[in-house]
Amino acid sequence: MPSANVRGAQPSAERRLSTLVRHLLPSSARTAAAATTTSAADFLEAFPTMASSSVFAGLAQAPEDPILGVTVAYNKDPSPVKLNLGVGAYRTEEGKPLVLNVVRRAEQMLINNPSRVKEYLPITGLAEFNKLSAKLIFGADSPAIQENRVATVQCLSGTGSLRVGGEFLARHYHERTIYIPLPTWGNHPKVFTLAGLTVRSYRYYDPATRGLDFQGLLEDLSSAPSGAIVLLHACAHNPTGVDPTLDQWEQIRQLMRSKSLLPFFDSAYQGFATGSLDKDAQSVRMFVADGGELLMAQSYAKNMGLYGERVGALSIVCGSADVAVRVESQLKLVIRPMYSNPPIHGASIVATILKDSNMFNEWTVELKGMADRIISMRQQLFDALKTRGTPGDWSHIIKQIGMFTFTGLNSDQVAFMRQEYHIYMTSDGRISMAGLSTRTIPHLADAIHAAVTKLK
Amino acid sequence: MASAAFTVSSPAASAVAARSKVLRGGKGEARTGCRVGITRKNFSRVMMAVAVDISRFEGVPMAPPDPILGVSEAFRADKNDLKLNLGVGAYRTEELQPYVLNVVKKAENLMLEKGENKEYLPIEGLAAFNKATAELLFGADNPVIKQGRVATLQSLSGTGSLRLAAAFIQRYFPEAKVLISSPTWGNHKNIFNDARVPWSEYRYYDPKTVGLDFEGMIADIQAAPDGSFVLLHGCAHNPTGIDPTPEQWEKIADVIQEKKHMPFFDVAYQGFASGSLDEDASSVRLFVERGLEVFVAQSYSKNLGLYAERIGAINVVCSAPEVANRVKSQLKRLARPMYSNPPIHGARIVANVVGDPAMFGEWKQEMEEMAGRIKNVRQKLYDSLSAKDKSGKDWSFILRQIGMFSYTGLNKTQSDNMTDKWHIYMTKDGRISLAGLSLAKCEYLADAIIDSFHNVS
Repeated sequence: MPSANVRGAQPSAERRLSTLVRHLLPSSARTAAAATTTSAADFLEAFPTMASSSVFAGLAQAPEDPILGVTVAYNKDPSPVKLNLGVGAYRTEEGKPLVLNVVRRAEQMLINNPSRVKEYLPITGLAEFNKLSAKLIFGADSPAIQENRVATVQCLSGTGSLRVGGEFLARHYHERTIYIPLPTWGNHPKVFTLAGLTVRSYRYYDPATRGLDFQGLLEDLSSAPSGAIVLLHACAHNPTGVDPTLDQWEQIRQLMRSKSLLPFFDSAYQGFATGSLDKDAQSVRMFVADGGELLMAQSYAKNMGLYGERVGALSIVCGSADVAVRVESQLKLVIRPMYSNPPIHGASIVATILKDSNMFNEWTVELKGMADRIISMRQQLFDALKTRGTPGDWSHIIKQIGMFTFTGLNSDQVAFMRQEYHIYMTSDGRISMAGLSTRTIPHLADAIHAAVTKLK
Repeated sequence: MASAAFTVSSPAASAVAARSKVLRGGKGEARTGCRVGITRKNFSRVMMAVAVDISRFEGVPMAPPDPILGVSEAFRADKNDLKLNLGVGAYRTEELQPYVLNVVKKAENLMLEKGENKEYLPIEGLAAFNKATAELLFGADNPVIKQGRVATLQSLSGTGSLRLAAAFIQRYFPEAKVLISSPTWGNHKNIFNDARVPWSEYRYYDPKTVGLDFEGMIADIQAAPDGSFVLLHGCAHNPTGIDPTPEQWEKIADVIQEKKHMPFFDVAYQGFASGSLDEDASSVRLFVERGLEVFVAQSYSKNLGLYAERIGAINVVCSAPEVANRVKSQLKRLARPMYSNPPIHGARIVANVVGDPAMFGEWKQEMEEMAGRIKNVRQKLYDSLSAKDKSGKDWSFILRQIGMFSYTGLNKTQSDNMTDKWHIYMTKDGRISLAGLSLAKCEYLADAIIDSFHNVS
């Protein structure tokens, strides 16, 4: 019998069955069974559904995903004042999920279009979507695009783009090490490890300043082997909200190019950080402008609110158009045995919006609305803590950018806030500003104040 | 450092100049992998010196086109009026148009009215979808469902389900091998290769009879090491269209049970083969009834016409509910670093259709019509071949085969002839998709097949 590969001994089928008997029979039956020397066969007759012990007998229960598990726990909590600051999904002032008006319009157009079909997309996805996505992140007049040096494939949001890019590099790139910032999104190391890369980290967050450890970053990238891959958050670093300045980006770029380090950008918040699509793409475009190569994982989960539709794109900016063609052909070989071709719905919505100038403008307005609300939440939380005289310097709340704030709270304080105030966040102290409202800020401020004054 | 200001939107020409500035200032060894700007003056010199430095991906070879999906690409490029696409298994109407089921349109309109949000699904997908899918596969009153012994995860159609299962096998059964039929769907091997799961083949197709090599199949499954995973097509075998009979399924189950193999079903055509959802699931249910643990990769691409929505599920029937929970938790751990959580749209369509008795009934009706059209086309093709072919060759295998595909028995050269001479696009293994054939084109196809079979070797 094939048995699940687990650490520890593999009990025999007979022993497993006996264990099952002990656990499942009510105590009286167990005593009776023991008295009459029940054999496995007798047991099988009494419980025909347990026809054979399982090949998965030794399989352990996996823990809940640490980020998505926060929502699971939140859902179970009956408290009326509970607050979910776990997942980075935007909420309105009323605490409700938001589907953008322009998205609803686009969807209506698509569904009411009688000539629309559901044929398989090409492996690389919706061509129109790919072109528009590349233009969005690199700029319509980007030399890389004009020179046909960009290979873009539609993927399953940010995660899918990172995974496909990682797998491609593991197969075709000479350096198998990727450097990720410390800290980074919890799923990054898993994605790259399963893709076949070795994960190392470079210093990023400085707990002392609650800002960027720029010196540490430069040192660590300087000592990376030539050609190593470096993961960069294009803007609105997750989880810290700490971004390099443009000057710092320029220094990072020069250092990386001088060491031939390969940039792999993760852009999950374009337009969502500052409210401006172009501003949020500046770091990326800086690297493209110097003519070098890079990878770009792009997601529309947040900036178009298309979370569950899983829309994103992987772009690889190559040294020449010929290389881009070959790279694209190899990306197809990664995708086909993973899911064959990507889902059409979300990509069609995006393409519909991006190619229509009215809808595009509508989108930028709604996007800015979301970004502005988050910036306002930052200010309000900062003010609330100041009003309460909460000890410590909380200016990082307004200095950090994007959906998340790295509060600096430790795991004890986080647990305290969950237990006493029913506030849910990831154990690293990251809160999603998008989950806050003017109404709930006082509750959060009280909780932080209590946590900081009662626990160290 | 040169003070070139890297503005966001620098025109191409100055960008080239800017690149040159950056890289002239760099160290010698740093040029590896850096793009060198080429000005017109130095063109020839620079070309020779730096061709290798243009890209770090310079050594990446051009990949061949996908043997199945590449057929449609070639078809699209063909300008000939007579062209016929019998490549991909996507259903077409008699007018050879793609078909969106009426019940799907209804469901989408309903969803538009409801105006639900687009929040992330849980990693395992939409609960209502998972429930509906397991019930559809195993029967709502099946004990395995009632006892909560099925772990179901919404996945990216059939491919995604197979890939998740493969990743699970690689991690938890690293010594095990997967046995796949010879032939099988072309992408099966790619999936197991990429997941690093070893595989070997069991005999399946008998070219002499254009039927099932049952003895060979049983012998090869018997000979495999105990505890192998046996990949079985639930119905409408792809690419041959040849399915075991119910009696043969019993014998297959016998040998699998005896060898303590794990049955691993690929169910891409439930309801599409015979027209009946229950009948097409009978092979899977046979195994489940024996109390075996079973993997089932399932897809709604064909039977609900949801191809591009990528909707399906991986199901694992386990011996106990708490086992199913553990298996599910570990499958989630594999899905999260692949795509985090699955797409909502297709899942909601399925949940709406299956969850509403009226729509469910309509769906069964449309499915019967699709299956019916294919059966009619098979008959017409057979009739045309029998009438036109004077050699006395027995073409009745076309009627015995089931599902979207027919294995014509044409070899690669003959298949090439079909394309090159007759502009009929098919896969090189001789497989034609009857879903892409109209009654009107049967005679033309018959001519082409007869020509290729008799005049080309």
